[in-house]
Amino acid sequence: MSNNDKLWPLKGGIHPAQMKDVSNGTPIKQLSQPKEIILPLNHSNGAMATPCVNVGDQVKKGQLIATFNIPVATRIHASLSGTITAIEPRAIAHVSGLQAQSIVITTDQSGQIEILPKIDDWKSVSHDLLIRRIEEAGIAGLGGAGFPTQIKYRPHTQINTLIVNGVECEPYITSDDVLMREHSEQIVEGTLIALKILSAKDAIIAIEDNKPEAIGAIKAALNKLDTYNIRLRVIPTKYPSGGEKQLIYILTGQEVSSGNIPASLGILVQNVGTLYALRQAVVDGEPLTQRVMTLTGSAVNNPGNYWVPIGTPIQHIMNESTRDLIPHKIVMGGPMMGFDVPDANAPISKITNCIIIPTKQELPTFSDSNPCIRCGKCEQVCPVNLLPQKLYWNAKYHEWEQAELNSLFDCIECGACSWICPSEISLVQYYRYAKSEIKKEHLDKVKSDQARHRFEDRQRRLEKLAAEKESKRKARAAAAAKIQSNKDNTTESVLDDQAKADILASLARVKAKKPKLTTKVLDTKVVDTKALELAWQKTEDVVLKAKAKLLIAQQENSASVPALTTALGKLEERAKKAKLTWQDAVKFDATTIDDIEQ
Amino acid sequence: MILTPSSSPHIRNNPSITSIMLWVTAALIPGLITLIYFYGWGYLINSLIAIFTALGSESVILRLRHRNIYKTLTDGSAMLTGLFIGISMPGFAPWWVIVIATVFAIVFIKHLYGGLGQNLFNPAMGAFALVLISFPVPMTTSWVAPMGPNGIERLSLYEHVQISIRGTHSDFDGVTMATPLDHYKTNIQNKTADELLETNEFSNGPLYGIIWVNLAFLFGGLLLLAKKMITWHAPTGLLLGVGVMSLLFSSDPDIRMPISLHMMGGATMLGAFFIATDPASTATSNKGKIIFGLGVGVLTYIIRTWGNFPDAIAFSVLIMNFAAPFIDYYTRPRVYGKSGSMKGYSLRGGNK
Repeated sequence: MSNNDKLWPLKGGIHPAQMKDVSNGTPIKQLSQPKEIILPLNHSNGAMATPCVNVGDQVKKGQLIATFNIPVATRIHASLSGTITAIEPRAIAHVSGLQAQSIVITTDQSGQIEILPKIDDWKSVSHDLLIRRIEEAGIAGLGGAGFPTQIKYRPHTQINTLIVNGVECEPYITSDDVLMREHSEQIVEGTLIALKILSAKDAIIAIEDNKPEAIGAIKAALNKLDTYNIRLRVIPTKYPSGGEKQLIYILTGQEVSSGNIPASLGILVQNVGTLYALRQAVVDGEPLTQRVMTLTGSAVNNPGNYWVPIGTPIQHIMNESTRDLIPHKIVMGGPMMGFDVPDANAPISKITNCIIIPTKQELPTFSDSNPCIRCGKCEQVCPVNLLPQKLYWNAKYHEWEQAELNSLFDCIECGACSWICPSEISLVQYYRYAKSEIKKEHLDKVKSDQARHRFEDRQRRLEKLAAEKESKRKARAAAAAKIQSNKDNTTESVLDDQAKADILASLARVKAKKPKLTTKVLDTKVVDTKALELAWQKTEDVVLKAKAKLLIAQQENSASVPALTTALGKLEERAKKAKLTWQDAVKFDATTIDDIEQ
Repeated sequence: MILTPSSSPHIRNNPSITSIMLWVTAALIPGLITLIYFYGWGYLINSLIAIFTALGSESVILRLRHRNIYKTLTDGSAMLTGLFIGISMPGFAPWWVIVIATVFAIVFIKHLYGGLGQNLFNPAMGAFALVLISFPVPMTTSWVAPMGPNGIERLSLYEHVQISIRGTHSDFDGVTMATPLDHYKTNIQNKTADELLETNEFSNGPLYGIIWVNLAFLFGGLLLLAKKMITWHAPTGLLLGVGVMSLLFSSDPDIRMPISLHMMGGATMLGAFFIATDPASTATSNKGKIIFGLGVGVLTYIIRTWGNFPDAIAFSVLIMNFAAPFIDYYTRPRVYGKSGSMKGYSLRGGNK
């Protein structure tokens, strides 16, 4: 940044036919009011906005009608007054031709407008208030990415330099050009507001040298307003000088390191349209409901720039220009990076800076017609210094690792390589394919890794549980054995032995006294007492087990403690009874034997 | 209304393959004319035989490969290969040598590897090497001595056709010579450089004409550079390679061929601007192209000086063709926003 006048020439790049004079000869016109406004609720990352209106509601222009509950999305406002007639899937401006849930407004002539409180004295209000205003007004980057602007004003690093991008290097597009011609003062004021919010040192407004009127207008505005820290830099016309990272290099000689954002260099890049919208939101309280859009191409009768309400169907814009037009294709954006819209009913969005309706000769449909001869012209024009030819082979033969080695993900998809390719190979399409495949593969890998980790964790958990169970079982068994042996050694065994001894003794006596018949009778009786004894012992065993269970339950603070306690009580009761019965039986036996003896 | 979308960019600047091939062909024409002027109609006959054989064999192989014959033939690449062969072969080469070389170039080197852009080797140089090794006698004894005011009497077109068809020039005396490089190499052993260069035998003999031929190819090459059909990297590398080696090892012209002869006495200019710039079989990046050219230059000097062949461009190019994929792995340019260039062929090992 030391040398103020130095420009760093862009490496590579191309000079496609400008085609800008097709549309920049007339002032910005107001588009006639469309019958319907379609505002899709989907966000590029898959999130859906929540409508805060219902079908049948009357809405004013500028009224908030839907919000996202994620930070990386902008609010949606009604761009014209009217009635909500449907919230249903409608075609969106996407190359897939897919539909998305959209709010449909049938417009009326009431012209009711809802605006936010004006902040005339923005110099003395807080940064937070201004950033909140950006959010409330639903401002997104109008240059192409549509990134929610409020997030850019809450950077993690200090922004020193604001770069105002008025380069507009794509052929055909002139929306920024005419906006700068007609609203230079607002753009400069927007730049001042942005500088204040960011507390940045200075700003550079960059314009390509093919826009002399815009350059003049900005110069005049800079002279008029108090703008000591805003500089105008005129850069040579070359595509893609307007690419964010390319522009930063041209102006500062610095490169945004791979995978980083400009904020890492203390730089923020804003499109002129965005700064205009920012100024309107702050000073006039206008939410972002319309933008300047270039309508161009040889198939339209009166090409030019229009103020278009966001959500206007392309069909309406085409009708405005040429009745009953059956287009060969509709290109949204520029001819280098724009995309084909398959359905003319799709609405324009905040990022739609241009619609091209070309004739067949003008923008023909290309097909891969020749093999790559490795001429290397693509390498000479790549602004990022890639080897496009190598990437093509990598993509064609699914050599994903090689593609990453050849820095596939640094490709900005500017299309310069496809433009120069003598074999008419749609190189960019190959790179998009390769990128999506690699992303998918990475995602699959992440997923399978997650699944594997989950499985392994589960295995570990199960093993741990099994081990715990096993050790508890062992502890329990040990405890039970201990209790058992204790009992064996003490009362129970003593009792048992004594009883057995008693019985044996009495049996012996009986045997001695009454040989046959009595023995028989007594035998049965002895068996009876033995069965009773066994029953008592079994009950006692059950009691022991229940005690062990209760002990474990108490250790684990289990909820089953009370239940177990009552169960144990009952079991002990039963054991007592069994014992008594047996003892009675033994006593009875003994007396009988005694009687017999006597 | 649903339209069929196509991919961006929607505009193209197509210097088509055909136009590139035609430009290269056009750039070769001054050289061809010079060759015909100094060395007779043989070069025209050879070129025509080679071009027709190239187109014929390409249509056959395309048919066998079930490819679109018309589209491929009209891209001009087969014609260009034929022209290269016609230019590189000796003027009195028998017709069948030209046919064999051309068929080998088109069928084996080009199409068996997958056709245009897929060949690992330069077709013309591969073919040249094949016939030089396979048929050394016609390939080394068929170099025409310069004709015209300072040279031998011109042969008529009819006589040239006769020589080509019968495969021998034995009916004519003294119409052939050793190539200038060969001549110098064998004679410098018993003569000084001054003696050699001042004798009419050499200056009006082998040397006469070849310098003009080289100048014509240099002119064609500069034309291609100006039209941005080629980049400066490979030619500069090659000329640097030959030049630096000559300065290092050929400082004494009494022992070895001087730099001037290395540059203008052989196929150096043709090699630098037309062979080393062949896109398919050389390195991809600008840095890689310089290294490729340097390699060809250094090898050319080595083979010319210490090897057994009269000229060395063909062998040097073929050897460097082998190395091109390897060069590519280590000469990737530094990409915007990255601190260094990615080197090697694996994401895990061998690169920064």
